[in-house]
Amino acid sequence: MRATPLPLARNAPQLVTAAPLLAMTGVAKRYGDVAALTAVDVAVHEGEVLGIVGESGSGKSTLLRMMNLEEIPDAGRYTLDIAAHRGANLFGLDRYERRMLRVREIGIVYQNPHDGLRMRHSSSGNVAERLVITGERRFGELRRRAKDALIASDFPIKRMDRPPAELSGGMQQRVQLAKAIALEPTLLLLDEPTTGLDVSVQALVLDTLKRLQRERRITMVLVSHDLGVIRTMADRVMVMRRGAVVEEGLADQVFQDPQHPYTQQLVHAKL
Amino acid sequence: MNLDTTPGRAAPAAVSPAAAAVLAVEGLTKTFTMHHLGRLLPGFDNVSLTLAEGEFLLLTGENGAGKSTLLRTIYRSYLPDAGTATFHMTDGRTIDLARAADVDIVQLRKGELGFVTQFLNARPRVSAEELVAEPLILAGRSAGEAREEAQRMLGAFGLKSALWAAYPSTFSGGEQQKVNLARALVRPPRLLLLDEPTASLDRTARAALVARLEAMKAAGVAMIGVFHHPEDVARLVDRELKLLRHRDTREAGEEAAA
Repeated sequence: MRATPLPLARNAPQLVTAAPLLAMTGVAKRYGDVAALTAVDVAVHEGEVLGIVGESGSGKSTLLRMMNLEEIPDAGRYTLDIAAHRGANLFGLDRYERRMLRVREIGIVYQNPHDGLRMRHSSSGNVAERLVITGERRFGELRRRAKDALIASDFPIKRMDRPPAELSGGMQQRVQLAKAIALEPTLLLLDEPTTGLDVSVQALVLDTLKRLQRERRITMVLVSHDLGVIRTMADRVMVMRRGAVVEEGLADQVFQDPQHPYTQQLVHAKL
Repeated sequence: MNLDTTPGRAAPAAVSPAAAAVLAVEGLTKTFTMHHLGRLLPGFDNVSLTLAEGEFLLLTGENGAGKSTLLRTIYRSYLPDAGTATFHMTDGRTIDLARAADVDIVQLRKGELGFVTQFLNARPRVSAEELVAEPLILAGRSAGEAREEAQRMLGAFGLKSALWAAYPSTFSGGEQQKVNLARALVRPPRLLLLDEPTASLDRTARAALVARLEAMKAAGVAMIGVFHHPEDVARLVDRELKLLRHRDTREAGEEAAA
């Protein structure tokens, strides 16, 4: 036996010839002396769920905020395969363009509902706000579409006019989700969407996400430190540590045959 | 049970000599590196085999010889460290499963590449019939058609109709396995990998499984299987490949027609 067998290198895609929906290359960011991200590459194809795992400080949430154009790196390219901006480096857009792109094409659910919602406005109003930004002004239409998005998110519709501040954590995440999908985004970003929820509530929220993925084929990027969540949701997994990707693979492969010492430690700690 | 219990090559007429190649494995090797132990664990070493349309290859060998590991490596739940596994797709193109991009494997698993284990990945609040219909819907069939076929499969495997709309996460092990098999076999792949699918099955389900595999084989599906009780599938087996621990494995005798 050879001393250090290495897994075979994987070829470029041969069957999937469409360009990735999301492509990032060479994304790097420093905060003072700390390298938050070092030359990260990401590709996500349409309809895929990419899971990003890593402990706090690994750079996974920073990367997600960059996908949402909330933060701009020091270096790197970011493209989405959508008609309005095909081929353009989205990091080069101005603030207004970034905001409109975010509203029209990207939905996000944050771990902390305060980051995504106005806690004292009605839940339906929170969802409708996105529609207003795109120019919809008819009250009936706003209400109908907000209601549809809330129903699709398994939100109990009789509570749609209550403010998130009066709802449980699980319900607040459903309002965030409804807001995120109201405009049928190209890309749905999920930043620890179930962290901090009771386990039973967590399972129900994940179930809603699974159903949405199955019914609408929404492309998702899911960041979590919880391997169980990633295992339930993701087709492919990226493992991050100290701002770099240490391993990437099919979800079942990363969990059953982890290659990197850090991934092995993560997976074995869980089991 | 009315199965022929003669082991080995019990279905000589099943494969026509002109059957097209499906899989050619050459020198495939898998070693697990356990970093925290500073150890290497052998999976299997230097395995070669070929498989044509409609062929059923039975993998045998003692515990630890790497039978399941080989199946999982071909399916790419494990990453091999040497060799090739050339898969001939329905449209005539070929792809090396040992090196294929992850997204290509995802695509193959949705259609041409199937895997059946004894474990069900039950999801909360997805009904048995939805789970079984899902592969058909992904393949573009209408929801109504997919549901009908899902119910037919569940019925064939002996799952009581009262349970079709229920959530399998609450089912017994045997019932879950029926759902699992119905889902895995509702849509014929080109290559089907079977990892002890008869474990924990009752007689009805076992007979339904063999009948379904027989129909798939007749339709040209190529299969590689590991079975705790190979007599369950004796009449399907065309060839047998014995994996040896820490030794090269190559099929004896003539190669399958390619």
